Amino acid sequence: MAVKTEKPQSRAELNRNLAQMLKGGVIMDVTTPEQAKIAEEAGACAVMALERIPADIRAAGGVSRMSDPKMIKGIQEAVSIPVMAKCRIGHFAEAQILQAIEIDYIDESEVLSPADDVYHIDKTKFDVPFVCGAKDLGEALRRINEGASMIRTKGEPGTGDVVQAVRHMRKMMSDIRRLTSCAEDELFDEAKKLQVPYDLVKYVHDNGKLPVVNFAAGGVATPADASLMMQLGAEGVFVGSGIFKSGNPAKRARAIVQAVTNYTDAKLIAELSEDLGEAMVGINEQEIELLMAERGK
Amino acid sequence: MLIGVLCLQGAFIEHIHMLESLGATAEEIRQKKDLGRPFDGIIIPGGESTVIGKLLRELDMMEDLRAAVSGGLPVFGTCAGLILLAKDIVNDDRRYLGTMDITARRNAYGRQLGSFATVSPFDGVGDVPMTFIRAPYIESVGEGVQALSVVDGKIVAARQDNQLVTAFHPELTDDTRIHKYFLDMITAHKSKV
Repeated sequence: MAVKTEKPQSRAELNRNLAQMLKGGVIMDVTTPEQAKIAEEAGACAVMALERIPADIRAAGGVSRMSDPKMIKGIQEAVSIPVMAKCRIGHFAEAQILQAIEIDYIDESEVLSPADDVYHIDKTKFDVPFVCGAKDLGEALRRINEGASMIRTKGEPGTGDVVQAVRHMRKMMSDIRRLTSCAEDELFDEAKKLQVPYDLVKYVHDNGKLPVVNFAAGGVATPADASLMMQLGAEGVFVGSGIFKSGNPAKRARAIVQAVTNYTDAKLIAELSEDLGEAMVGINEQEIELLMAERGK
Repeated sequence: MLIGVLCLQGAFIEHIHMLESLGATAEEIRQKKDLGRPFDGIIIPGGESTVIGKLLRELDMMEDLRAAVSGGLPVFGTCAGLILLAKDIVNDDRRYLGTMDITARRNAYGRQLGSFATVSPFDGVGDVPMTFIRAPYIESVGEGVQALSVVDGKIVAARQDNQLVTAFHPELTDDTRIHKYFLDMITAHKSKV
């Protein structure tokens, strides 16, 4: 009889492991079981179930909350791939509800209205894994210290403008490179500046990477965007409004999936980029009234 | 020894590191042309079987890979790799390579809350750490298939000639013995050819 290990350490490890299985893949925002099936058919490695995609959240304004559990369950039943869902920053009761319906991953997300302007959720108290957004290494390590088992850039959701995801990924990678070149006795001060425990700083210094998987998110709308983020160091890509706000969602989704697998093959990506129909219109960074990436540091 | 690792989606870099730590040479397989290399064996990693299977079709690699495995090229599939090699899947209509005479159950332990780690015996290797992530198991095996490990009454590793599958992820642990087992399989196969 096998003994199932139930130590928290082991659960945290298993949750990081699931993110490892998602690498090289595309996680797509979906709002209905039908969209979820289109996403799965197109090759999504997971779906994010939410009532409104970020572009519509942005357009609608007002307070944005966790989705109806019934709607999330409908999507869980429709597909065989992992299903993720969002809760508000700091709203541990919403997270408890998502855990109760056995969600595969919780996104503690700045796309929804923050519920707590000081504290993020203590994610070490949960058995299900969390993914959190980060603009730089300090934010990433603070979230990991709180128990996040996967990190993504914050990007600027619902805009179709990739500039912020690029900025965050570049900042993260340059922060990591700088830390790896620090002398060992400088790491204590780095830990102080980043406001994170020394052990996490030491891990990044020794390994040249985050201790968890790091995806790109926010504004990815084309196969070229996906390739760009992968070449900048992302281990996979979230696509939100970019797919179901475009002219031909199934075709665009399929093209982005292939572009992530063969992100350095420009010839293939050129072919994939043909005849995709209209991309989401998007809005430029300067036109945005609400900067979601500034929520929760 | 030259091992090709299918790098379409999932945890392939972990396999590459594992192979390199054992002194083998690992090369990425991302496109049809990569399958033409003179590999001694191939690893199909964990990830999402729906994604890897779909990419195998769209990148026109499915037939070549099936022909290679049917022709006796040693192959090792973990988790999603097991699903791709299975001839039958009880709870899914999709079929992929279908070269191994096993009947698999997808996501057999449920969602992520059902993922677990354990230490269990593996035939000819001893007790090994096993990590199951939204894992499948094998419901039944055909003739000529040898069950190599059973956890809680379910088959979680099996072998049919040159095909090896595990429902768990040896590449996520520090234990290299299952990969060593695969490399030994290849050595034995080469000495016979």
